[in-house]
Amino acid sequence: MVDLALDSPVGRPSRWIAGLKRGGPRLWVGGALVGTLMLVALLAPLIAPHNPIEQDLMSAQLPPAWSAGGEPAFWFGTDSLGRCVLSRLIYSARTAVAVALIAASLAAAIGIAFGLIAGSFGGWVDQATSRLIDVWMAFPPVLLSIVLAAVIGAGLTSVIAAIVVVDWTRFARVVRAETMVQLQRDYAAAARVIGLSRGAILRLEILPNLIPLVVTLLAVEMGIAILVEVILSFVGISVTGDTPTWGGMIAEGRQIVYQAPWIMALPIGCIISSVIGFNLLGDGLRTVLDPVQRR
Amino acid sequence: MRWGEIIRRLVLIPPTLVGVAVIVFVLLRVVPGDPIAMMIPPGASPADIDRLRAFYGLDQSIPQQFIAWFGQALDGNFGRSISLHSQVFELVLARLPATLELALLATLIAVALGLIAASIGTQVRGRRAEWLVDGGVGILLSIPDFLWALILLLLFGVLMPLLPISGRIDPEIDVGFHSNFYLIESLLTARFDVANALLHHMILPALALALPFAALLARVLKTSLAEAEDQDYAQVARARGFSRSKILLREVFPNALIPTVALGGVQVTLLLGGTVLVERIFSYEGIGNMAIDAVINRDFPLIQGLILTFAVLFIAINLAVDLLVTLLDPRLRHG
Repeated sequence: MVDLALDSPVGRPSRWIAGLKRGGPRLWVGGALVGTLMLVALLAPLIAPHNPIEQDLMSAQLPPAWSAGGEPAFWFGTDSLGRCVLSRLIYSARTAVAVALIAASLAAAIGIAFGLIAGSFGGWVDQATSRLIDVWMAFPPVLLSIVLAAVIGAGLTSVIAAIVVVDWTRFARVVRAETMVQLQRDYAAAARVIGLSRGAILRLEILPNLIPLVVTLLAVEMGIAILVEVILSFVGISVTGDTPTWGGMIAEGRQIVYQAPWIMALPIGCIISSVIGFNLLGDGLRTVLDPVQRR
Repeated sequence: MRWGEIIRRLVLIPPTLVGVAVIVFVLLRVVPGDPIAMMIPPGASPADIDRLRAFYGLDQSIPQQFIAWFGQALDGNFGRSISLHSQVFELVLARLPATLELALLATLIAVALGLIAASIGTQVRGRRAEWLVDGGVGILLSIPDFLWALILLLLFGVLMPLLPISGRIDPEIDVGFHSNFYLIESLLTARFDVANALLHHMILPALALALPFAALLARVLKTSLAEAEDQDYAQVARARGFSRSKILLREVFPNALIPTVALGGVQVTLLLGGTVLVERIFSYEGIGNMAIDAVINRDFPLIQGLILTFAVLFIAINLAVDLLVTLLDPRLRHG
């Protein structure tokens, strides 16, 4: 079936459709969850019913609209400062998506660079990079990112920096191994025979073949970045002040969990659906993009 | 791993710890942020501030500070905590047992759950129900421990208030423990009411730490069991007419255990790292919770001591796992 599609004169479009079918429900469900998250983040000012930092102590800790005592203006009720929980959830998605996109891309860029260099030069360069990665992985990642974010200081930049500094090794290790494998292949040898420089081989031949791997890792890393942002804002060393974050909402909700459990439950639900979304998307993409599984 | 390799690893431990200490020491001091600024009372004179700075050794250069700290550390003196005004060594020692007990309980739960899930999965292999087991394991794996902590807290602490959600023991219980291993001590001295109260507090955080670990164990063990069952020796045993359960237990399981222990052991270090947040969520008084307070208070000596403690535990666990694998695997034992 698949081979027929590949050989058909229509070529690419049918190949893509076959690929998407092969991804199966994981790809679709993951894509839908991640897509929803991205849309909510993008359209936050349009869909949020209230200003997320607007306080109204007269209507504090309102229950969700459908339960007794709820107000229709506040779907998911209000927190202890009278801020709209739904609007804060929506704006928190913005912070989460921004961190996920920027931190994951930067970690990928640094990790790929180190991985390519270590994998292609070999020798002492590879030894040095591998030792560096080993030492890095000896630290407990959660504690390391907490310490990093704390010493760099509060703010979104420090959250992103902490994620990049801790997580670049995820990309470096895999890219290093894959570069070594690809360089053994015939096409890389052929490129050497026709006289391409090492840089050109890496850029023109190796890098395009790493794309499936990197895309999959990137999806998984975005899920991890969202979790780290939640952890840091839960601990209280992420963004400052009023800026809504899921982790911050959980920390606030933990204080009044017996009076208003929904304030803690709702951000947890958002985080779980995002993380499962990114995981499923990563799994689905792996099946679609991996040439081994394609056959 | 051969015995020579294990000796080599033992020799490498001190330099690794010094490396970790240097990195943390420099990292904490090159970044902006003054721990002294957080502890001076309003109205302190510049002379007072300088005295305080000198008291904690923060007026010297970083290499000087490190040499002074390192010299004392060799004597077992890891400095004084800036925020808690006590010796770091004593503070960590007082809190460490709480974390170790929690991690131990979580590991036991995870091993039990993992074994159960793997054996169910193996029994239903090739049938429709296998999909159900694999799916459940997949969901357990994709949600990390601190999210499980929050979910369990909401479910069993708030919606169905069955269990307490903060602390290590009820404040009204005062038994005058002799050690800080409350659970182990109360079990050894047969005070089961106290042990019961302790377990009530520990079960939710331990379960949160155990669930993803159990899922991983189940997945690895199930795959290894399936691989081992297809090997020649298992086929021969089947041909000789042994029952499947007997083959699984006597022939397949011992071999499937090796990759499970190797991979699961690494996971124990992750579980230990997970205690940091899970302890925070359940206000459990272990070193993880202490580490977050230390970071927030910029308590350099305490952060330093706690990270070294975690590093020692990580190295010890990795070594123990390698030893265990060597003992389990006859090929390595005689290698």
